[in-house]
Parts: sequence; C-alpha cells; structure tokens
Amino acid sequence: MRRAGVVALNTFREAVRDRVLYNLVFFALLMMAAAVAVGQISIGIEHTVIVSLGLSAISVIGLLISVFIGVALVSKEMDKRTLYALLAKPVRRWEFLLGKFAGLVLTLAVNTAAMALGLLLVMIYVKHSLQRSDAVVLVAVYFILLKLALIVALALLFSCFTTPLLAILFTVGFYIAGLYVQEMRNLPAEVMSPAMAAFTKWLSYLLPNFENFNVMAMAAHGRAVPGALILQNTVYTVVYGTIVLTAAAAVFSRRNLK
Amino acid sequence: MPGLAIEIENLTKEYPYGFLHLKKKTSLEGLNMQVEAGEVFGFIGPNGAGKSTTIKLLMRLIFPTAGSARILGKPISDVEMHRDIGYLPEQPYFYDYLTAAELLDYFARFHDLTSADRKERVGRMLKKVGLETARRIQLRKYSKGMLQRVGLAQAILHDPKVVILDEPMSGLDPVGRREVRDIILELKRDGKTVMFSTHILSDAEMLCDRVGVIVGGKLRGVGAPGTLVDMKTQGMEILFALRGASNAPLLSKATRTGDCYRLQVAEEELYAAIEQLRAAGVRILSVSQVKATLEEFFMNLVEADRAQASAVEVSGK
Amino acid sequence: MNSEKTIAWVLLLVLPFGFAGIWRLQHGIDAQRESLSQERDDVLLRSGKLVKVMSLEYAPLLADIYWTRVVQYYGNKHVRGQTNLELLWPLLDITTTLDPNLLISYRFGAMFLSQAAPAGAGRPDLAVQLIHRGIQANPDYWRLYEDLGFVYYFDLKDYQKASDAFLEGSKKPNAQLWMKVMAAKVAAEGESFATSMFLWKDIYDSTPDPSVKKNALQHLQLLRVKEDCRQLDALADEYAKRYGKRPARMSEMVQAGLLRGIPGDPLGFAYIFGEDGKTELNLDSPLLEQQLLLNR
Repeated sequence: MRRAGVVALNTFREAVRDRVLYNLVFFALLMMAAAVAVGQISIGIEHTVIVSLGLSAISVIGLLISVFIGVALVSKEMDKRTLYALLAKPVRRWEFLLGKFAGLVLTLAVNTAAMALGLLLVMIYVKHSLQRSDAVVLVAVYFILLKLALIVALALLFSCFTTPLLAILFTVGFYIAGLYVQEMRNLPAEVMSPAMAAFTKWLSYLLPNFENFNVMAMAAHGRAVPGALILQNTVYTVVYGTIVLTAAAAVFSRRNLK
Repeated sequence: MPGLAIEIENLTKEYPYGFLHLKKKTSLEGLNMQVEAGEVFGFIGPNGAGKSTTIKLLMRLIFPTAGSARILGKPISDVEMHRDIGYLPEQPYFYDYLTAAELLDYFARFHDLTSADRKERVGRMLKKVGLETARRIQLRKYSKGMLQRVGLAQAILHDPKVVILDEPMSGLDPVGRREVRDIILELKRDGKTVMFSTHILSDAEMLCDRVGVIVGGKLRGVGAPGTLVDMKTQGMEILFALRGASNAPLLSKATRTGDCYRLQVAEEELYAAIEQLRAAGVRILSVSQVKATLEEFFMNLVEADRAQASAVEVSGK
Repeated sequence: MNSEKTIAWVLLLVLPFGFAGIWRLQHGIDAQRESLSQERDDVLLRSGKLVKVMSLEYAPLLADIYWTRVVQYYGNKHVRGQTNLELLWPLLDITTTLDPNLLISYRFGAMFLSQAAPAGAGRPDLAVQLIHRGIQANPDYWRLYEDLGFVYYFDLKDYQKASDAFLEGSKKPNAQLWMKVMAAKVAAEGESFATSMFLWKDIYDSTPDPSVKKNALQHLQLLRVKEDCRQLDALADEYAKRYGKRPARMSEMVQAGLLRGIPGDPLGFAYIFGEDGKTELNLDSPLLEQQLLLNR
C-alpha cells in the first residue's frame, strides 16, 4: 500500500510538471471571467449565471483532464515502456494501478480546488460579500470531484484492455450514458415489452448514475444540500470506484505487455 | 537447488494471431536453461530469436503459455523476490520529466531503504555510471547512451543478487560498451550473478563464463564459449607461397592474399595435402588449426534454421 | 502467492456485493433527491435566441434534443402526478426557436399548453402565440390552423376566431374538407357535442404521439359522458313529468320503459343518479377521477 503511495506522488509530480494542465486551469478561470461579463447582461440573475457557468467550466475542464489523462495514465506507460523497469521492482501491478488512480485524483482535487477558489473570488467580486448559503457551491464542487473520480476509474479500466482511442470513446460513452440513467428509470413502462423494461431497469443500476452528483440548480439558487446526500454520494463513489478499480486490477494483472 | 540463480523449465510462449486468433506464432519453445550463482551468463541469438521474450517472461511482463521459472529458488510470481534482482529493459525509456537523480530516488523508494541510505546509494550509482554531472538534467535531454547508463544504475542501485540485462550494449559507442563491460566484471567480482542478452558475439565471448545460444525460439546449445566452438573445429589451414612452380594441383582450392595462399583441408587429409604441395615445390609457410568462432557456430545455426523454415513453407504446413 | 488469482477472486466477490450496495445506495439517493423536490431547472437559459446563437450550426440537432426533453418533461410530470407545468413553455419556446419547422412541437405544444391543469399548463394564450409562430414559419401546413381553431374553440371559447381559423386552414393545400364545414358550423352554433367529438376524434386518429393520443381518448370519453348525462337527465325530466318526482335509480327508468337497460359509461360502469337528481358517473369508474380533475 505504501508503494501505491509512492506511485501516486510521482503521478502527481508528473501532472504538476505537465504544462498542459496549467493551460486548462487558466482556461477555466477565463470562463469565469466571461461569466462575470455575461452576468452583467442579465441583471438580477448574475449570481445564478455566474455559479452555473463557473460550475459548468469546472466540470468540463475536469472532465477533459479525467478522460484524456486518465486514459494516458496506463497506456502511456505501456506504450513508452516506462512501466518495464518499474514492474521489476518489488511492486504489484494493482499497487501501481491504485497509485496512478490516487495520483490523478489528487491532481484533480488540487485543480478543482484552485478553480473553486477562483469561482468564489469571482462571486465576491460581483456581490461584494459571501453568505453562508454560498457554501453550497463548495458542495457542488465536491460532487463534481466525486464524479471525476469515477470517470478516472472508468478511463483506467478501459485503457487496460483497449487502445487509447477506444478507451477514450468508451469512457465518454459511459459518461453520456450515465447522464441519462435517471431518465432510463423513468421511462414509461407501457411503451416497452416487459423484458426490455427489466433490462433497462437493470442497466440503469449497473451504469454509473452521474445525475446523483448534479446539484448545479441548487447551487445556483443558494439552496443547501442535505448532509445525508453528501454522505450517500461519497459512499456511492467509493463503492462504484472500488468495483471498477478491482476490475481494472484484474484485467491489468493478466495483461501481456508488448 | 542452491547454487542456481535462475532455473528455467520448459518455458514456452505462443502468440495467437490472424483471423479469429487461430494461428499461433511460437516465439519460445520449451526452454530449459540454468544460470549458476555468481556466473556471468550470456544469452545470445539473432534478432527475434526469443531472447527478449525469455527475459520478459522472467520479469513477468508477459506470461508463459507453458513452463515455469525460478529465480533464487523462488517462483517468478513472487513479487518480494524482486528485491534481490535488478533489470535493465531493452532500449530503456524513463519518465522524461524527471532528472536522473529523481528517477533513481523514485525507483529506490520501492525498496525498504532509509532516506539517508537512499540518498547515499543514488549518489554512488550516479558516480559509478558516470552521470554525476548530469544528475539534475531532465531525462528528456539525455542521449541514448546516457539513458542506457541510467538504466544500468537503476538496475543495480539496490545491490541485487541477480542482475538481468536485456541488450545492455545496444546503441552504445565503443567507450560506452567498455564501461558496461567493466561494470559487469565488477558485479562478477562482487559475487553477483549476471545474465545478459546480446547479439554482439565478441562481447559474449569476452565476458561470459557460459553462453546459451537461442535461435528460432529454441535453445541450441549451452556451455562455455570455448567448448561450444571446439566441437566445430573446421580443420587445418596451410599457408604457403609459390616458388616459381605455378601449377600446384590444389591451387584452385586455395584463397590468395597477395603472394600467399591459404588452403583449408580436413584434419584427416592434412598430410596428403602437404605431400602434394611439397611435390609441387611449394614453399609451406605454416600449418595451423582452424577454429570456428562463436560467430560461425551461430551463423550455421541460423542458416540451418532458415533452411528448415523454408522447407516447412514449401511443404505447405 | 499468485497475485492474479487473488485479484480474480476478489473481483468475483466485489462485483455482486458492490452492485448490491449500489442498488441500495441509489434508492437512498433517489429518495433524498425526491424529498428535495427541486425544480430541476432543465432550462437554465430561458432565452430561445441565446440558445440559438450558442448552438452554431447544430440548431436543428439541438432542437431535436430539446424536443425529447419536452416529451420527457411532460411524461415525468404526468407520471408523478404533478400539476405544475411551468417549464413547458420555455422548453417549447427554445425548441421552436432552434428549429421553426419542427411541426410536431407546435402541435404538441398547442395541445398541452392550452389545456387546463393537470393535463396541461393552462396557458391557451401561449398556445396561440406558439401556433402563430408555427404558421409564420410553415404557412401552408393546414393542421396548424386546425390546432389554432381547436384552442379557440375548447379553451378560449372564442367561436368566431375558431371559425376564422378553420376557414383559413381550409384554403391550404391538402386541407381536408371538413375544415370548411367546421368553419361554418362553429360560426353558426358555437359549441356543440358533435363538433367537439369530431375535433377530438380527428386528433386521436391523426396523431402519432402516444401522449397526445391518450389525452384525446380521455377527452372523447368525457365528452361521451357529458352527452350521456345530458340525455339521461332529459329522460329523468321526462320521468319527473310523468310521475311527479325524479327517479332515484336507473332501474326505475328501465321499469318505466324509458330505458331498455342500465346505461354504462364508455368504460362499462353504470351511471347513477346523484343527490341532486342529476346523472353522474359511477363511483367505481376511473373516469370519475379524470372528470374531477378536468372540472377543477
């Protein structure tokens, strides 16, 4: 486990030295500045617009990082063969995988925190003060982070057994599917055959439900998120993430490197 | 068995390919080989013979279709055993955003070393491979030779008992090769076991206690470089010069270099040939034994293998 | 110690337990989110024009996506029995701004914007606005005029305007003959049972959308009920004339020879007489609930 931590910190160090990340974060901050501009056009709802656009920016940037770097975590090491010397050390493949995961999640946490700080500063700039109700924005950011962690896990899983391009497509596919899982459950049952209805229902639980993490509307209107939901979403991420990472470890531990 | 650093038993690796993966390419077939503790073992063969495959199988980068192996008496699936082995991959590439010192430190952390110990070893290794001055430069700026040296450093940093090197001399200039040779000899002096693969036969002849020759996925011979070759003495060579007489009977079979001629005959025919030449009035300069080099032994195997492969193709198997 | 085997076993355990846990968690999360009853601001950007600008060349595609959200929005609200359809207009506004030729959205919108809650948003004015936009972009599509007439007839009860709409529509290519007839009839009679039945039947027959069809069927049934009640009341008056008091039960009318059998509503439940002597739906009939909702 300690060795996983070694890998994690190195992954974090790699991300820090990768200048691409800074560009993305800078772009996000730019988006927030844009939000200020847009907010000034729509008088009366500046707060809503700024929070919505800001959170959207954090989510999108986070998504890009999670998918592209998530897939590259393992495939780059396999491609460039940097992995070879590493696996000769007394470290297990699953420790390596876990370390990579933790490293990227740590990177994402730092990035989203930076962007969240930017958002709060923008909010202060526009409203000249912050209220307690604005804390819900932080909850929204935390939920985004949970969502991103799941996406990283999925990216890791797919990159263990397919090419990087396919892994990206699958991960994005799962993300989009995960957004509509809620709708899947609400589909009117009369329209489908019972077999189809059962299949859809099962599918809606197997796929990750990213709608769980969507509290953008509440954040935009300053409504508090109950602690129970925070706990539930955290546990959901832990459980689902464990499933995905275990599967990834199982696949990776049997993979013949080229 | 004590005394055996590496034991390989019936190691086989097949790669399925083609439509629906129905065809199989055998890159390693039933390899049985042992490396004794404390020796330098050369694993030689042409490109694609299965050397890298064997080493990757040993390091568990790929998994065998059949067979097993043990290092230091422990099965290769034992990850803890990796504490005592060092590995240099073929054409190594490392995280290019790290410096040499950082990379060695990173790898060192996977072993249970104290922080001070780690620091000391990293420094010592960098000195040993001659990268001290470049320690703070990012690896992306390193030349191939420098990368090879970093690779070597990370392989021996933790003072392993067995060192496995995959083509350690590739891409190095003669100076670099000399340095690597020296390090290998130093390791041997320290009682380590070294196994390395190469297709440069002269290195193997010079360094190794024993060599294993692998061609076409099969082991063709194991032994000291001398013994392998001894079995293939090609006969005797007569060096002579003409003394006026220009129609010596065996002239057509001789090769000419300047004024001297060399004639190769089988050992049994030596005296008959000398008699013929003497009768022709030729001046004999010397008679010596012709030893095939490892190179020729090698080439014969490769040729035989290719002939067999094309015969197989022709027969339509 | 075989690492791969161990992990495989662990996975075999993790999968069922993990997903079982997910199942439970998800239910919990769903319950939690329900109780928040947050107005899921599907439509954060309410300006149709802004959305159109942002959609670049993908406007028609976005229109389709928004259209599916309209259908889902309506379906969800309906499933949950909620009556607040205030987002229907913004969604339709955006959809039709993105793609002014998406005919089905006008028709759907006309239907469900104008009807009173709970079936619709209760905004016939917005329905008219929507249809006019549709007519502007699709001036020759006669069914839009039918829908316009529909809204005026049923929800705004402006029979003159309804007639005008039918007349206008009857001139368009492919318009069915009845449009002209309807124009005259409505101008002359205003509301009538026959007209209402006809219009709803036409909607029922011509629509591909299941929600619309279901809605039309309900209306047809309730119209039938209304007509039946009217006729039965007339018979009850006849009975009262003959016997001096109103009948208490249907069977009395049968005995009096005014009815041949106990009459049933379109779902088969027998009509009964209410306390005020007027014909009413049977308490067991599902139509009763619908009628109560519509007459709120």
